[in-house]
Amino acid sequence: MHILLRGREIPDIHKFDVYIRNGGYEGLKKALTMKPAEVIEEVKASNLRGRGGAGFPAGVKWSFIPQSEPVKYVIVNADESETGTFKDREIMETNPHQLIEGAMICAYAIQATAVYVYLRGEFWDIAHNLDERIQEAYDAGFIGENIQGSGFTCHMYTHLGAGAYICGEESALLNSLEGLLGQPRVRPPFPAQKGGGLYKEATVVNNVETLTNVPWIVVNGADEYKKIGTEQSTGTKIFCVSGHVPRPGNYELPLGTTFRELLVDHAGCDPSNIKAILPSGGSGPIVPGTDEVLDTKLTYEDMAKLGTILGSASVIVMDNTVDIAWVASKVAKFFRHESCGKCTPCREGTYWIDKVLDRIMAGEGRPEDIKLIDNVAKNMVGMTLCAFGDFAANPIIHTIKNFPADFEAHVKPKEVEEKKPAARAGAGAARGRAARAQATAGD
Amino acid sequence: MSIKDKKYEARIQKHFAKYPDKRSAVMPLLYIAQEEYGWISPEGIAEVAELCEMDPTQVKSIAGFYTMYSEKPKGKYWLQVCTDLPCALKGADEFHKELKEYLGVEEGGTTDDGLFTVEHVMCLAACDKAPMLQCNFHYMENLDMDKMKAFIEEKRAELEKATSKK
Repeated sequence: MHILLRGREIPDIHKFDVYIRNGGYEGLKKALTMKPAEVIEEVKASNLRGRGGAGFPAGVKWSFIPQSEPVKYVIVNADESETGTFKDREIMETNPHQLIEGAMICAYAIQATAVYVYLRGEFWDIAHNLDERIQEAYDAGFIGENIQGSGFTCHMYTHLGAGAYICGEESALLNSLEGLLGQPRVRPPFPAQKGGGLYKEATVVNNVETLTNVPWIVVNGADEYKKIGTEQSTGTKIFCVSGHVPRPGNYELPLGTTFRELLVDHAGCDPSNIKAILPSGGSGPIVPGTDEVLDTKLTYEDMAKLGTILGSASVIVMDNTVDIAWVASKVAKFFRHESCGKCTPCREGTYWIDKVLDRIMAGEGRPEDIKLIDNVAKNMVGMTLCAFGDFAANPIIHTIKNFPADFEAHVKPKEVEEKKPAARAGAGAARGRAARAQATAGD
Repeated sequence: MSIKDKKYEARIQKHFAKYPDKRSAVMPLLYIAQEEYGWISPEGIAEVAELCEMDPTQVKSIAGFYTMYSEKPKGKYWLQVCTDLPCALKGADEFHKELKEYLGVEEGGTTDDGLFTVEHVMCLAACDKAPMLQCNFHYMENLDMDKMKAFIEEKRAELEKATSKK
């Protein structure tokens, strides 16, 4: 069943009249007949958890907003920049009105004065399209002054970022929106508190996918929503599947679906040819493609037991040909490029990890280099203002922990290397390939 | 040339109307400056600073922080190829290299005719449609070199036609 990707069943649901004919804006109309606190209670009872990555219960977040404040904001986080994540994009392209409706229900629940949709700059076309959809909702009286005669007034605007991963982090997003550098803030105060949000006002920041669930919950009730998924992980989740898969794409499935169902039954993978899986893009700990992993349920709690995270559920699959040291070097480049530079452990750590990994991948590494980058990564964990430091450290620590042979193959002592001329021959690419083959053979 | 030109007035006022603070409009106005000058020029920075009531140094720091503001002039078609992990697993590194070779440019370089600039970028949220790139601000997906050659030759022919008319 699709709660979010309804465009799969109703291809024209992005159009306002088609959305209305299929129950569109009924959730907002119903919410407007309820007390704001009742709406928050319903969402709380559904146990809808944040779909951007952190998994924080949305209703609880909303309940932190002090009702006495005259000015409050809702931010829709559409900065979708995690490597391997492309779900919010499909929601906004194929079912934009449901996002608008969900954001307006949230706005009513916390009595917000304005909603800002912060989109990554590369979603240029999507943002301009969303502006038109927002205008349709204004024209129909679902946004603006005295919404549906309820006396509630709230506006909605889009804001385009310009290419910075860190702006998906909520406090960096707030700075970016205020015209400051997109760097994280010291907390507390948290965004939900006076002094911590947008323009220092109390603010809810929710991911696109989280808010798109809300109309369904209001219409059908929390009890119905809880029937989907598991007790601690309710509802459906969009899994973005990419990498070595025959059928890449978004799959909206109930939480509690196993990796095997997702990757083998839906995405068409051969289970014997999955060397590793990154379950949450570049930032989550990597896991090997073992039977134990494949039979793990995709829930917040089961993924934690496995030593990884559900996160934004961007599942990157790597087959048996892949050198995991190369994966680490790719991900290290990403984090080096995206570090905002504010905190020393992250700014320096991502730089040096990338430099040392370059040396290792060029065949110039020393055996102790592996321990060195592991050590640098471990000194970033928990040492920065935002979670980016942990995100950048995770892929290094866990690739080394789970696939040590792939790293060791690159830093064999020189005399051993010389007996294997194939591993040293040719340009960088050929060298990498040979090393990858060598690493695979060593598994 | 100026973003204070009449043709931008309505758009700029619309952005200012969104926010309680003029400073928040710095990002949308930088996009307008880039549209006007083709890059984030010193003139553009000065105008954005004046309109947003900011210091030019602050505006320059904002422009430098983000990858979509170009701090030097680019080709007419700015090709930003995603070479991040999911795309690389689908051959994006090879695609990026072949594209540069075909155009005869180094990383970040622009062709002599001023048509194409090639750069690699981080994840663009199109991992299921790799290899892909962003041409100016629009996505081109499920690419291969045959498709790119056709695109490049089409743009070259357009340029030739326009030049011969002059």
